[in-house]
Amino acid sequence: MSTDVAIRPGRAHAPQNRSRRRPRPKRDRGRVLRLYVPLGLYLVFTLIPFYWMVVFAVRPSGSTTPVPWPITFEHFETVWNDIGYAVFFRNSVIVGVWSLLATTVLAVMGGYALSRFRFRGRSLFMVVLLCTQFIPGAMLLIPLFTIFKTLGLINNLGSLIVADTVFNLPLSVILMSGFISAVPFTVEEAAMVDGCTRLRAFLAVVLPQLRPGLIAVGSFAFIHTWNNFLFALMFVSRQDSFTIPVGLSYTIGEYSADFGALAAGGVVAAVPVVCVFAVVQRYLVTGISAGAVKG
Amino acid sequence: MASLRRRAVPYLLISPTVALIAAFLVYPIGSVAYYSLQNRNLTRPWADGFAGLENFRRMLFEDELFWQSLGFTAKWVVAEIGLQLLLGLALALIVNESFIGRGLARSLVFSPWAVSGVLTTGIWILLYTPQTGVLRFLGQPETAVLGNLDTVFPAVVVTELWRGVPFFAILLLAGLQGIPGELYEAAAVDGAGRVRRFRHVTLPHLRDAIVLATLLRSVWEFNNVDLLYTLTGGGPAQVTTTLPLYVAQRAIDSKDFGYGSALTMAGFVILLFFSLLYLRLSRFGEER
Repeated sequence: MSTDVAIRPGRAHAPQNRSRRRPRPKRDRGRVLRLYVPLGLYLVFTLIPFYWMVVFAVRPSGSTTPVPWPITFEHFETVWNDIGYAVFFRNSVIVGVWSLLATTVLAVMGGYALSRFRFRGRSLFMVVLLCTQFIPGAMLLIPLFTIFKTLGLINNLGSLIVADTVFNLPLSVILMSGFISAVPFTVEEAAMVDGCTRLRAFLAVVLPQLRPGLIAVGSFAFIHTWNNFLFALMFVSRQDSFTIPVGLSYTIGEYSADFGALAAGGVVAAVPVVCVFAVVQRYLVTGISAGAVKG
Repeated sequence: MASLRRRAVPYLLISPTVALIAAFLVYPIGSVAYYSLQNRNLTRPWADGFAGLENFRRMLFEDELFWQSLGFTAKWVVAEIGLQLLLGLALALIVNESFIGRGLARSLVFSPWAVSGVLTTGIWILLYTPQTGVLRFLGQPETAVLGNLDTVFPAVVVTELWRGVPFFAILLLAGLQGIPGELYEAAAVDGAGRVRRFRHVTLPHLRDAIVLATLLRSVWEFNNVDLLYTLTGGGPAQVTTTLPLYVAQRAIDSKDFGYGSALTMAGFVILLFFSLLYLRLSRFGEER
C-alpha cells in the first residue's frame, strides 16, 4: 500500500519543482547517467540469462542463432512426455499447494496469537521463531531422514509437505503477525460488542482485510516449496515421486549434451514461480517492512 | 472458567506451530548432537555404536577437506555479501526514485529472486558452455569456465549474484521507504546536495536495515547448498565446497551420518555466533 501512496505525490510534484530550479536539458542528462544507464545495464544482466534459456528451449537442436525463428516445441514434448516432467510437475504442484495451505492457516493462527494476545512465553516464542531462521535445512538432512524413515514417509510426498511447511512457518508467522497488527483491534472489538464470537468477528471483519497478507505469505510459501531441492533429493528416490528441482538436476547431469531439453525443463520450472511472483511482487516490499525487518 | 478458557486461546493457536518446530527442528538438532558421538553409517550398519569424541578428532586433526571447506565458506560469504551489499544498495536507490515504468522495472530486476538454485544452475550452464554460451560473443577462450581452477570462483560468484542481489535490494528498499520524505525536503532547503543528503539522511536511517540485511544474507549464503551442489558439485578438486555442502554430500552420497553429524555441530557453532549477534543487534535497533 505504501508504495502506491508514495508514487503519486512524487510524480505529481517533482516535475514542477525541478523545472523551476534548473534548465531542463542539463537535469535530464544527469538523470539519464544516474538512473537509466545503471538501470539499463542491470536489466541486461538480469534478463539475458532468461532470454538465453528461452532461446535454447525453442530453437531446433544444432542451431546456434541468437534469434530463434521459426520456433519449435520439440524440446518441450521431450521433457514433458519422455523425461517425465508431467509427473514431476504434478508432484511439485501437490507439495506446493498443500504446503501453502498448511503454512497459511498455521501462520494466521500463530500470527493472531502474537498480535492480539500478551501471554506468558510470548517473547520466548518470538525468539525461537527468529532463531529458527538460522537453521539450515541442509544440515538437518540426516536427522530428518531418520525421522521420516521412522514415520514411513520416505519416498512419500508427505515428507516434503511436512518438511517444507516447518521451514516456511517461522518467517510466515512473523510476517502474518505484522499484517494482523496493521488491522486495528477496534473494528474487531466492535463486532464482538455486537454479539459476534471472537472467531466470527475474525472471519467476518479481520480476514477480508488480510488479503494482501494472505497473498504474500501464501506466495512466499509456494515459491519456497516449489524451489526446494535438497529435501526432495534426500527423502525421495523413486522417479515417480520426483519434484521439478530434482528432475531438473537429473536433466543437468544426464542430458548435459542436450541443452534444448535442459532449457525446456528450465522453462517448465520457471513458469509457475514467475506467475506467482508477478502477483506477489507488489506486496513484497510492503510485507517485508511490515514483518521481517522490524520484527 | 471463562477466563481460563480465554487465557488458553493464544496457547491453542500457537500449539501446532510449536509442535511442528519441536518435532522437526528442535528434536533433530538434539539428535545431531547424539549422532555426532556415534559411529553411524547406513552403508555399514554392523559398525554402529558409541564413538565418543572420535568423529570430532577425525574432523579437527585428519580431515583437510573440513578446513579447506571452512576457508572457502569464508571467502564465498565475504565475496557474495560485499558485492550484494554494493549492488543491492545501488539498485534499491535507483528503483526508489520515481520514473515512468518503475513498477515494471522493479518486477524485472527483482524476478531472479523467485528462481530456485537448481534452475539458476540450469540457466548459467547454458551461458557458460564454451561452444554455445553467451561468452563466446565476448571472445571467451575455448575452455569450460566451471572446470578451470582460475575461473571457477568468479563464475560461481557472478551466478549467485544474479539471484542474490534482488533480495538484498528488496530488503534495503523496504528500509528506504521507511525514511520520511520531509527529511529530504528539509535537507534540500538547508542546501544539502545529493551526495550530502545520501550521507546524512539516507545512510543513518538505513543503518539498521543494512545491518540486518547483511546478517540475514550472510547466514543465507553460508547455508546456500542448492546452487553449488548442482553447478560445480563442490569441484573442481573440491575448491568450491562449503561446509554445509560438505555435510550434504556426506549425508546424500556416502550416508556417513555419524561423521556428518560432527561436521554439522561445527556448522551450528558458527551459526550460533551469527544468531546471537543478530538477536543483539535487532533488539538494539528496537530500543532506540
